[in-house]
Amino acid sequence: MNTEDRFAGERLRESPFHPRQSALNLREAWSSWNGYKFADYYYDAEYEYFCIRNTCGTYDITPMQKYEISGPDAEAMLNRMVTRDVSKLGINRVTYVCWCTDEGRMIDDGTIFRLADDRFMLTCGSPSVAWLRKSVLGFDQVTVRDVTDETAALSLQGPTSCTVLQQMGLEDIATLKPFGIAHFPFHGGSLMVSRTGFTGDLGYELWVTPELALTLWDVLYAAGENYGIHPYGETATNMARLEAGFIMPDMEFNEALKTVHFEHDHTPYELSLGWLVDFKKPHFNGRKALLAEKQQGPHYTLVKLDIEGNKVADGSWLYSDKACRKKIGYVTSAMWSPSAKANIALAMIETPRLNGSVWAEIYYEKELRYYEKVARCEIKDQPFWAPARARQTPPPPF
Amino acid sequence: MNRYDSIIVGAGHNGLVCAAYLAKAGQKVLVLEASAEPGGLAATREFYPGFMSSVAHSISSFSSKVIEDLQLQSHGLNLSGRTMDTIGMGLDGKHVVIGDEMVSGVSPEDARSYVELRRQLKRFAKALASFWMKTMPRIGNNSPGELMTFAQLGLKLRLLGKEDLLEFMRMATLPMRDLMDENFDDKVLKAALSWDGLAGSRLAPRSPNSPVFAMLFKMFEASGGMHAIPAGGIAGLVNALVGAATVAGAELRLNTAVERITVVGDESGLRVTGVELAGGEVIEASRVISCADPKRTFLKLLGGANLEIEFANRINRLRTEGLVAKLHLALSAEPKFTGMGRANNRMIIAPTMDSIEFAFDDAKYGGCPEVPVMEVLVPSMQDPTLAPAGQHVLSANVMYVPAELRGGWTDEAKSNLLQRLLVQLEQYAPGISAQVIHAELLTPHDLEQTHNVTGGHWHHTEFAVDQLLMMRPTYEAAQYSAPVPGLYLCGAGSHPGGGLVGAPGHNAAREILK
Repeated sequence: MNTEDRFAGERLRESPFHPRQSALNLREAWSSWNGYKFADYYYDAEYEYFCIRNTCGTYDITPMQKYEISGPDAEAMLNRMVTRDVSKLGINRVTYVCWCTDEGRMIDDGTIFRLADDRFMLTCGSPSVAWLRKSVLGFDQVTVRDVTDETAALSLQGPTSCTVLQQMGLEDIATLKPFGIAHFPFHGGSLMVSRTGFTGDLGYELWVTPELALTLWDVLYAAGENYGIHPYGETATNMARLEAGFIMPDMEFNEALKTVHFEHDHTPYELSLGWLVDFKKPHFNGRKALLAEKQQGPHYTLVKLDIEGNKVADGSWLYSDKACRKKIGYVTSAMWSPSAKANIALAMIETPRLNGSVWAEIYYEKELRYYEKVARCEIKDQPFWAPARARQTPPPPF
Repeated sequence: MNRYDSIIVGAGHNGLVCAAYLAKAGQKVLVLEASAEPGGLAATREFYPGFMSSVAHSISSFSSKVIEDLQLQSHGLNLSGRTMDTIGMGLDGKHVVIGDEMVSGVSPEDARSYVELRRQLKRFAKALASFWMKTMPRIGNNSPGELMTFAQLGLKLRLLGKEDLLEFMRMATLPMRDLMDENFDDKVLKAALSWDGLAGSRLAPRSPNSPVFAMLFKMFEASGGMHAIPAGGIAGLVNALVGAATVAGAELRLNTAVERITVVGDESGLRVTGVELAGGEVIEASRVISCADPKRTFLKLLGGANLEIEFANRINRLRTEGLVAKLHLALSAEPKFTGMGRANNRMIIAPTMDSIEFAFDDAKYGGCPEVPVMEVLVPSMQDPTLAPAGQHVLSANVMYVPAELRGGWTDEAKSNLLQRLLVQLEQYAPGISAQVIHAELLTPHDLEQTHNVTGGHWHHTEFAVDQLLMMRPTYEAAQYSAPVPGLYLCGAGSHPGGGLVGAPGHNAAREILK
């Protein structure tokens, strides 16, 4: 009998952390991200969420796409691609960036790590090889390499995260500033730690070669045993990032290269990411279109909403009046925030309507019966979750 | 002060036309030309002591508006000479003679069909004529002025009458083979007539796309696309253009290669400031107008880094591989072609449409045609100054010769092709090989080196429906201005396209002077 797996090429790949994560995935709640088998949750999403907020959790970011961009033209190439000024980024620093089409429509957001004068790492949610290949045209001395599969990365987020890393032996870790990078010798190789994350809280991301992944896991979990360390999946991440006010592809925005309908994508201004666009830079992709967008004002603006009551406004239409006569926008993500004790949402609202009242038409279910309610919304400037420890150096001891 | 209103990169005929218009309008204009002669692919050079030729060897549709506006006649242009017939060469010495209004050497049916088709094509060409000298509307720009261009075309085509309009729409993208088979029986006639739709393109008789359009483009002037050689040869045209430009005040610097187009950037974005020459000299200007091809202009001279990503990639994917080689022969005596009097017409050596198709088949896969097809002139018959007394120059456009030959353009590969060409010529003009004093074969690869034109492409970028009209060379650069302020295009890569026409240079100047 032929035992060859006919579907070998189609099966989800396993991250280097998989042996440990699969043992802990009590619910077998797997989905996928960029071809990797990936946990939605391990035991209970809300429990994992509370670990992020009260102790700490690990989230496997191996499937996140990582590109090494190196060579004498690396800085110039990235600087033309992204809207922010990369030349200001110091070595061992990270910055949050977005990049756009020629028409100023956002392709993706991500982070750039400056590892040397002429070496960077770009991370992003979706494969971007095609765009990067287009972006190097005109830059002779730059090499782009997909390093996703040769990097194992784990996000460690939550108030005890710094202490856990100290317990692990990374003594100077407390001096690492937000968006800083530190390197440590680690079991014959090296461990890169960046003070970055997607939860709005104190947290780090740990980067090693795949051979060291399980060692990292074991050392980390041993150090975190008394500090509530627990793996968390996509669901808890989505809760934490929404409280922090971070955007998610396929929720707040469509990647511009993947939309079919004209203007089903977004500009950074619509996504309230205008602060990422640096017009002091003479040239970057989409500059002309973005300048026009800035001057005219975006059609929609992404806002944070605090909604009265406790009924989650998932998928709600927004109106300027309680009678729901004038539609002015739509909710992109919504949840009850356990930490803020608030009914929160991110929403797209027609920019001229931002100063008026906002009402959400909410449909909710009780025991298979649907009910409708119209709730008043308040637009908030600040994230729902932004503890001081996320910014403090050293972070307060736990 | 060494500052110009406009610097024009390249003294191709379109660059000279543009320079003349701008200088006439009072601009301080500098034209920079890398080679020793003005004219670009129309420049006349001595390819062997005493023997002169230019790559472009005849004129079929030079803009009469440009001639008039720039008073080229007063600068020595004389197009009053005889227009040449096009001769479809028969191997048996029986040739088909194609004139403006009649054809001979074919059956009476074919002769009648020719008259009818020719009249119809002329009606179509007339309806399209004003379109070539207009700036195409910018896609997405719905301003009344731009839409008017479309409206006018629509109206002109509508005024052809229903029958002609429908027939035009049917024929517009038809392969040459179908159009010819519908109308004629004579193989030589069909091959020779289809040549005008195919010359200089990456198309053969069976290719649908732009051949009918190309034919109509060449017919937009009163000559109806009949070829002629001006007094003094092609140099007569180039000299008149140089005269018009310089008398109006434009400066022309030869042997001056532009290394790059210079750009500065600040909070208001990037803008073009001038050019840097190969020697390092920097010359400033309010604008730079490139007569070089779009790929060279944007990716080599300006640099892809100074463009937006998608735009740069659209330029990079322009189809620019030329397929026409140029043969120049210095002959010790007048060549004698079988079955013909003096060789003072335009001879098409392609006995059937299949012979053209097969030559293309070879080239498609990177090979050289086993049996090349060609258009042959003996320009020294019209202009004796091109060769020493009693001696002659033969000039041939040879298709289909790939720019990138499989295995590379070695000396051996070139000499093989030259041998095939001489074998082919010998069949039509027995004894011609013995008359050859010197032969020069310029492959598209050579033309790229000598004339700084990407792919050695006559038209800078393929004249095909994906790269025509408001798509020429690509959207966002189809109105002669480039995405970077201060940079313009005026060469064959811009609407309406290539050939010795002068329209892109004229249209660019009008946009700049707006």
